[in-house]
Amino acid sequence: MTTRIRVNGREREVQAATDTPLLWVLRDELRLTGTKYGCGIGMCGACTVHLDGVPVRSCALPLSAVGSREVTTIEALEGRAAEALRRAWVELAVPQCGYCQSGQLMAAAALLASTPRPGDEEIDAALAGNLCRCAAYHRIRAGIHRAAELLEG
Amino acid sequence: MASHSTPDPSTPPDASRRTFLKLSLGAGAGLLIGAYLPRSPAAATADTPLSFSPFLRISPDDIVTVIDKHLDMGQGNATGLATLVAEELGASPEQVRTEFAPSDPEVYKNLAFGIQGTGGSTAIANSFEQYRRAGAAAREMLAMAAAREWGVPVAEIEVEQGRIRHRRGGLEAKLGDFAVAAARLEVPREPRLRDPAQWRYIGKSFPRVDVPVKSSGAVDLYGMDLHLEDMVVATLIKPPRWGARVRSVYSARALEVPGVIDVVTMPQGVAVIAESTWPAIQARRLLEIEWDERGAETRSSEQLLAEYRALAQTPGLPALSRGDPAAALDRAAHVVEADYEFPYLAHAPMEPIDVTVRFDGETAEFWTGSQLQTVDHQAAARVLGLSMERVRIHTLWAGGSFGRRAIGDAHYVVEAATLARAWGRPRPIKLIYTREDDIQGGYYRPLYLHRVRAGIAADGTLLAWHHRIVGQSIISGTPFEAHLVKDGIDATTVEGVVDMPYQAEHFRVEVHNTRVGVPVLWWRSVGHTHTAYVVETLLDELADRAGRDPVAYRLGMLGEDPRRARVLRLAAEKIGWDRPPAPGLSRGVAVHRSFGSYVAEIAEVRMREDGTVRVERVVCAVDCGIPVNPDNIRAQVEGALGFGLGAVLRNEITLTGGRVDQANFDRYPLLRIGDMPQVEVHIVPSTEPPTGIGEPGTPPIGPAVANAIARATGRRVRTLPMSRHGLA
Repeated sequence: MTTRIRVNGREREVQAATDTPLLWVLRDELRLTGTKYGCGIGMCGACTVHLDGVPVRSCALPLSAVGSREVTTIEALEGRAAEALRRAWVELAVPQCGYCQSGQLMAAAALLASTPRPGDEEIDAALAGNLCRCAAYHRIRAGIHRAAELLEG
Repeated sequence: MASHSTPDPSTPPDASRRTFLKLSLGAGAGLLIGAYLPRSPAAATADTPLSFSPFLRISPDDIVTVIDKHLDMGQGNATGLATLVAEELGASPEQVRTEFAPSDPEVYKNLAFGIQGTGGSTAIANSFEQYRRAGAAAREMLAMAAAREWGVPVAEIEVEQGRIRHRRGGLEAKLGDFAVAAARLEVPREPRLRDPAQWRYIGKSFPRVDVPVKSSGAVDLYGMDLHLEDMVVATLIKPPRWGARVRSVYSARALEVPGVIDVVTMPQGVAVIAESTWPAIQARRLLEIEWDERGAETRSSEQLLAEYRALAQTPGLPALSRGDPAAALDRAAHVVEADYEFPYLAHAPMEPIDVTVRFDGETAEFWTGSQLQTVDHQAAARVLGLSMERVRIHTLWAGGSFGRRAIGDAHYVVEAATLARAWGRPRPIKLIYTREDDIQGGYYRPLYLHRVRAGIAADGTLLAWHHRIVGQSIISGTPFEAHLVKDGIDATTVEGVVDMPYQAEHFRVEVHNTRVGVPVLWWRSVGHTHTAYVVETLLDELADRAGRDPVAYRLGMLGEDPRRARVLRLAAEKIGWDRPPAPGLSRGVAVHRSFGSYVAEIAEVRMREDGTVRVERVVCAVDCGIPVNPDNIRAQVEGALGFGLGAVLRNEITLTGGRVDQANFDRYPLLRIGDMPQVEVHIVPSTEPPTGIGEPGTPPIGPAVANAIARATGRRVRTLPMSRHGLA
């Protein structure tokens, strides 16, 4: 069965059952493996992508529900905020195992897009859905503050 | 094809296919696995790396590749080993790459284990000499080659920051310029190590080799991301109770799911093989499996605990005994008698278990984040009926592990090998665990019950300590049994108690080993996960009874243990222990030694109006010997503390009728960012050999928080997790 979706600025035709979660379409059909599987029930955030700029859990979103909305994955996360986040992440050595980081960055980028200078509470709220089993949270928080600083400077 | 090395545009995607020269140093027969016969040196071109030892290659294009014999699951040993080599070699961080070693039980063994593997926070400790010597040997070879070419005395050659120099003669070259000539030289047996006073990177900083690519977010480093041509994806349904077996399978409906190729019944369960992941997950629900549950474990956690409580009333196997605790307790001014209960815990790494196997009937390859390569390698060869030489294990970066991928029975490699053999087709199979498979799959930190009676004199002097631990042995039945189980006592059951620093004249530790059908495993910091909690909360309670300050009380007993006293003093000083905390906050302290390292943690907590606890800040002091990479040490303590905090707050695996009640993060709620305190980590300078850092930050956090809660509320939490008491 063929479904058309827009991913990272391109129209893509995918062959998958329409109830297939977007996560597995991205990973298996389109080989965009930056988006990770962590729980399959929308509780860990490892599979976070943007749908028209809004962070969503791709593991809980069936292919049929994507419609004409634009899907952005970590592979195409670009722009000033994304650059600042990645720079801050390197500066502060945020990742440990790194598996959750694509989701963390997707969530953080969406936060900075709406709240350029977030406080701790806003960060904690925006990233509450993103688990990091290495508990690198201390540095994730610091990394977002640092990225916000870089964006201002 | 996943890369086996630190990804970098300049790194070829599949270095394992390349030919490289192998010199004689340490090249045991086992190195034939994954290594290649030398060709003529003339074959060395700009992209041909040259081997200086099993631990290090240098290519003429100036790239230094450090071969990491360990698994890096996020704790940073790839960087640590790269630091050691770069320091002695005189390489600059920018030219250093890392890749994981092939499986070789001799050449790449963990010197602390005798086999290849990672755990017990030993990666840096066991490699500290070995990798520095490898770097130093290569430096001497490069210097010798340069001296010959330039016609100058070798003693006048310096190798620093990626440059080979002869200052007097104004000569300078890159390391790669002499890689070919140097690799032809004999490897020095006793290379001279640099004076620690000259260290540029050790104890200072060396950027983590994996951070840039992991910070891009767009990574495919992990086994879960591996894609091989013609690969299929499999999931495995295991029995709902341990010990059950498949009786019959009705698979017709599952086989109708588009993309599903086959359903294979094997001793471990029923596998669904599909063209891609979703059908392999989806079709499981359509399988009708009848299980033979004769002999299966059917007890509930509550039943187990009731049995454990009864056992705790009776004497166990003695692990340590001196004096007469019973008599001394009768004379004590204050006695605290308490039971402590610790639940089963799942590791739940963010990347669930996965392993890819390619088996053509004669040779096999496995790709996985192997934490015990030798055990996995042997098990794979055994199941497939092949010699070890015909089996290759490719170690991949792991998305966390915390012990979960270091398995004495190599169960998931065995499952993949069994499936490959049973299916009998040559297509590569990626076997993945869903999160539910992971949480319900066992290999937990065991359920433990401690019963302790401790007595002090009126002035607080510790008189007697009688300690019983009831629970499953982690080590019995594993390849580590001969080494770690003596006279029925599993060292990992009692670690942290038998070596406690608070010396009671009358001291007895006993163990009841229980038999339960639930497979158990080491979980970040192993026995210390429960022993530190008991020792450090009970001691705090004794300090209370004696009316003593908990820091001063501990310090009064640490005269013989200066390193432990020092981290405790440092943490106390940094948090300002002599001044009260801010209004609304209360403090708790704990100090513990594990894996050779000392960590003190002081937590400041706030009790919310709803009775839950919020840990606001933790100040840590750590002594792990020479701090090879201070920033990574801080990161590991921050993370280890968060890992421990999440568990003590909310995590438990419980059984009802032998079935696991939790299946995913909804009922096994991990620590989230809003729970994470501010953390400060202070490192004690040291010239002692480096010791562990991946785990030692975990044990003190539970007791530190529990002690702070006791200070705030008067309640002593003795049954974990804290959520059971409305505290989280």
